[in-house]
Amino acid sequence: MIPVANRMAFLERRDRRLLSAAAAGGLIVAWEALGRSGIIRPVFLPPPLAVLEEGVRMVASGEIFGHLAASLFRIVAGFTLGSLAGICAGVALGFFQTAEAVGTPIINALFPIPKIALLPLLILWLGIEEQSKVAVIALGVFFPMVINTYTGVRHVDPVLVRAAVSLGAGRRSVIRKVILPGALPMIFAGFKLGAGTSLLLLVAAEIINARRGLGAMINSAGDLMQTTKLMVGLVVLSLLGLASAWALAALERRLLPWKDL
Amino acid sequence: MRLVVEDVSKTYRDRNGRPVEALAGISLAVEPQEVVAIVGPSGCGKSTLLNIVAGLMPVSAGRVFFEGAAEGGRPLSAMVFQEFALFPWRTVLDNVCFGLEEQGMAAQRRRQAAREFLDLVGLPGFEEKFPHQLSGGMRQRVGIARALAVDPHLLLMDEPLSALDAQARALMQVELLRIWERTRKSILYVTHSIPEAVLLADRVAVFSRRPGRLRALLPVPIPRPRDEATQASRPFLDLTDEIWQLIKAEAAEALAEA
Repeated sequence: MIPVANRMAFLERRDRRLLSAAAAGGLIVAWEALGRSGIIRPVFLPPPLAVLEEGVRMVASGEIFGHLAASLFRIVAGFTLGSLAGICAGVALGFFQTAEAVGTPIINALFPIPKIALLPLLILWLGIEEQSKVAVIALGVFFPMVINTYTGVRHVDPVLVRAAVSLGAGRRSVIRKVILPGALPMIFAGFKLGAGTSLLLLVAAEIINARRGLGAMINSAGDLMQTTKLMVGLVVLSLLGLASAWALAALERRLLPWKDL
Repeated sequence: MRLVVEDVSKTYRDRNGRPVEALAGISLAVEPQEVVAIVGPSGCGKSTLLNIVAGLMPVSAGRVFFEGAAEGGRPLSAMVFQEFALFPWRTVLDNVCFGLEEQGMAAQRRRQAAREFLDLVGLPGFEEKFPHQLSGGMRQRVGIARALAVDPHLLLMDEPLSALDAQARALMQVELLRIWERTRKSILYVTHSIPEAVLLADRVAVFSRRPGRLRALLPVPIPRPRDEATQASRPFLDLTDEIWQLIKAEAAEALAEA
């Protein structure tokens, strides 16, 4: 008699959450220990508790909020402008053949330019203050948004469009009630790409030229060898990235309830 | 109201730009309260004809018109799709409401009307579900309710049960008989299944392929109301066999090409 074994056993996935938590905790403890023992000098890598302490100090003194507010304004303004323009352009490109014929080569030509390379030009056009920083973030968000929206519009199931027309829908209704919701999952994928891009461009623009903002803070802390302060900036950026991902996921669950995310 | 299809031909271009004749010289009519089923092998253009009647595709030659329908009155037709074509982002109730929205009906009234049609198709209590939460048979009930809700002169059904498993299909055939008894809609019904056509229809249009031509238009001499037991009756079996003999050779051809 030969019993049948589960031959798929080696492919089964088990719950590893405990291991994840232990690994993260272990890394922080080891890092702290290395710092205290003097093996790693704090000026190169300050231990986590020192970073936490500095963070608490900067919150208590209010020093961090000026930088955070400046950065948040730039990123929210740039992201909003860029994504709205990207969605509109993407729908137009996907739905109207004239727009597609005119717009596609222009977008294909501009898309490969690293957007940070446009900052000097934008400073020339818009000045050195907020507008050029907002504009570079908006441009960085615009391109993933326009491409994702366009792809989403083009991939809406044609049978849904036929169903809508069969039930009496005209052009406006088809765009509003079929094309837009049909493209929404791809639009959300664009939001996620754009969120990463906007954080990158924010920091780059602020390092190049800003008195306030997280990028400026990190840059000047580095110049002054204030490594602990620099680390606080990095932690805040990480939290900002996590928060935006979390907010987008929450919004997605709300707006795309049919997706069972 | 009477649908008239007059000498309709359809030629389209394939991917290589070569003309393909899908339909050639089709003439047929659907009388008030009549169910006409179109059967034929793959590639006989039966779905093409349905799309033309729905106004979703232009004819190459010929005419399609509705006699005795008033301009700006009830919609001429509404379609039920093989793929269900429910809007995945709309709940069951909002799917059924879609056409009524387009007609400009007030929200309160259209929700009321949609509920009545969901009752009619045997789907009460699922209003707030999303399509992906339903089985295939239930989804198609929504598709039928959605098309009936706009009160079209003619219901177009494009292989509505082909995506269902055999058991769901058998149950839905009987459901369609029941729904027809309640609504008495004119229906143009496309199907692969000869027994389904004979069970549901008053007349069966048999198409041949490449190009699609009307080969025979056979009345179904079986009185209504019909039910499951109809499928065991002598006239049912005779007619299904007669139709099968008509298309058997071409069905085999289609199989060999695919």
